[in-house]
Amino acid sequence: MKMHKQSKKGGANGRWGLGKLKLLAASMVLAATANAATPPTSQVNTTGLAVTDDTVTVGILHSITGTMSISEIGSVQAEKLAIKQINEAGGVLGRQIKYVQEDGASDWPTFAEKSRKLLRQDKVAAVFGCWTSASRKAVLPVFEQLNGMLYYPTFYEGLEQSPNVIYTGQEATQQILAAIDWAVKEKGAKSFYLLGSDYIWPRTSNKIARKHIEKLGLTVSGEEYYPLGHTQFNSVINKIKLKKPDVIFAIVVGGSNVAFYKQLQAAGIDPTKEKPMVLTISVTEDEIRGIGGENVEGIYASMKYFQSLDNENNKAFVAAFKKEYGDDMVIGDVTQAAYLGPWLWKMAVEKAGSFDIDKIREVSPGIEFTGAPEGYVRIHENHHLWSKGRIGLAMADGQYKLVHETEELMEPDPFPEGYQ
Amino acid sequence: MTTPSAIQWFKTREGIYYMLLALLLVVILPLTLDPFRLSMTGKYLTYAFVAIGLVMCWGKAGILSLGQGIFFGLGGYCMAMFLKLEASTPEATAIQSTPGIPDFMDWNQLTELPWFWQPFHSFPFTLLAIIGVPVLLALIIGFTMFTRRVGGVYFSIMTQAVAAILTILIIGQQGYTGGVNGITDLRTLMGWDIRTDEAKMTLYFICVALLFGCLFIARMVQNRKLGRILMAMNAQETRVRFSGYDVAAFKIFVFCLAAAFAGIGGAMFTLIVGFMSPSFVGIVASIEMVIFCALGGRLSILGAVYGALLVNAAKSGLSESFPELWPFAMGALFIGVVMAFPNGLAGLYQSYIQPLEDRLFKGKQAEISSQSSAPISQPSKAEESDGYDSSMDNYSAEKS
Repeated sequence: MKMHKQSKKGGANGRWGLGKLKLLAASMVLAATANAATPPTSQVNTTGLAVTDDTVTVGILHSITGTMSISEIGSVQAEKLAIKQINEAGGVLGRQIKYVQEDGASDWPTFAEKSRKLLRQDKVAAVFGCWTSASRKAVLPVFEQLNGMLYYPTFYEGLEQSPNVIYTGQEATQQILAAIDWAVKEKGAKSFYLLGSDYIWPRTSNKIARKHIEKLGLTVSGEEYYPLGHTQFNSVINKIKLKKPDVIFAIVVGGSNVAFYKQLQAAGIDPTKEKPMVLTISVTEDEIRGIGGENVEGIYASMKYFQSLDNENNKAFVAAFKKEYGDDMVIGDVTQAAYLGPWLWKMAVEKAGSFDIDKIREVSPGIEFTGAPEGYVRIHENHHLWSKGRIGLAMADGQYKLVHETEELMEPDPFPEGYQ
Repeated sequence: MTTPSAIQWFKTREGIYYMLLALLLVVILPLTLDPFRLSMTGKYLTYAFVAIGLVMCWGKAGILSLGQGIFFGLGGYCMAMFLKLEASTPEATAIQSTPGIPDFMDWNQLTELPWFWQPFHSFPFTLLAIIGVPVLLALIIGFTMFTRRVGGVYFSIMTQAVAAILTILIIGQQGYTGGVNGITDLRTLMGWDIRTDEAKMTLYFICVALLFGCLFIARMVQNRKLGRILMAMNAQETRVRFSGYDVAAFKIFVFCLAAAFAGIGGAMFTLIVGFMSPSFVGIVASIEMVIFCALGGRLSILGAVYGALLVNAAKSGLSESFPELWPFAMGALFIGVVMAFPNGLAGLYQSYIQPLEDRLFKGKQAEISSQSSAPISQPSKAEESDGYDSSMDNYSAEKS
């Protein structure tokens, strides 16, 4: 009896859904508003994903142990918060989101192994995860082979565009061009000293920075790299004092930051003074918590999000985040980008009227999220986000004060012409 | 070993142990595990190669190398370089500024393939390099250390240092090596897609076959006079030296042997996992490998295989069940095992299970003791070949 009733209902919905699909082609808006209805599983899931009549399972894949866990836990929290909020608002296509969480353990092969497990065994409909480029590179072949969908939150070096990844952070040009243009226009910077930790993201970023600086006819007075975890920056600081650049463009990551900023101050380079100015793309509020606000006071960061952003979306987001995880939490750029992941996925699923990866991929470009804490984002054809570039000034309390914001959304350009 | 004695050997207790392992790896696991888990087991087995080498090197000869990751990594990188070149066809890399070179080189502004990558276009060369490169490095390290009679803790520290240097070198020279990211996105081996389920299955069996190859080589070494000299060296190095043996030569040999095993393991790892990165070369990875060996029992080559399998299976299992607590559980497991069974699983087996078996097979006792040996006990005379002793003597005479 019950079975019969269900199948009848399914049939009815199926016909209605077919109509909806036709409508979809004509009007995206209609499809987005029709999410209250629950179309049958057979229709929204043709590829055997973990979707039932009332739940859909997704994966969360970050390091919650090992050296990267300090950075990645914020992303996990943001993703769980977004999932909770979506569920409270009725879920996706009438289905509540469940998640399977796996630990990448700051170890790249473990990421690959776990992503394979999530896609093959748990058959998750989407994965929110990865943080370092190395972990993304490790899982990428798995996602492409098994046709999964990864929402990747970190700002990164670009030079990648996978049909199986949506990049919700900024790619290098968005951060760097905004930073340098601002420093040149507003601060009259003429010379830059580039330095960074020695791996692909700082190197690629500085390559773009150097090209851009040289295009503007300005000078790069030095470029240096230090191994991850390096703590002796005295020699480079001496060189900086000798060369007297207008801007120190620093892409130092992880624990090295503490040593770097303390040694800068000890050597008498005070970022709160006019020159040299310290400009970074690697220190978010999360990092400041480790470095100490007093050590970075006065530095400028180029990102797309700061916790202090003054808009309604962000106020609600920060309040919800603190309510969930405690008042002493800080929210950095990547945490916000991670929060976008589940929402962008939900919108793609609803726009497609299906959980199928291929359909999500097809409809993803053009999706707009007006509820984003950073204000407004839109997915580009190349799977990156259109977003604004912003410059923040670090305060002693560990927060950034917004000092500049690009007027237009910046176009993501993972393969920048003339910068390679 | 002639055929009749080989058949006899399979009837002995040691033969049965090998048969049981073979049964487990070739029949039971493939039948009970899905392709995903089987491929993971394959990955664990690649560590067993290193563990076997460590048993020979550390357990038998008393040379504790804390840098086996070096050789595992070198073998793995050799294979990865070949696979990466195959994946980087001009068509597949058309989007780059220089098509036809690996993607990470392009990101690092390299415009042509470095000279030391060139030979890795050839598969036979790659196979040779997988064993040759680790052995060559082991030979250099071993020669400089052992001929100067550097041993014990100093040697362990040196191997750590080399592991650290190699990691820094690989990470620092990212244009040539792929840096921290490693060499990723490997697709095919001579046109054969290594990412499919069937391929993973085949690779698993290749891995098992190679593992048994290494097991038999290790067993051969341990049961010959050579093996006994190694054991003697471990206990009384000076006495062995005064007996006229060139201790350094034996040490170099066993260190190279362990390096060769690790290299093969590394190459299989690359094939099964699909990429190679410096995290398998470094200090942490190398120490983990020593733990596999210690847990399995550092005196037993079979124990090492089980140790590598169990530790890794526990690691995967625990991290899936308790994503936030698993490192503690792993730590507790290590501490527990080391405290309760200092000789690892093999020691546990020897002191508890073996006596039981002895009672069960009491009738066969006489036959067994005359013909075979348990994994840890001394080899029997029946298994020594005649030609070997004299060649051994020539070898040492020549050297000393």
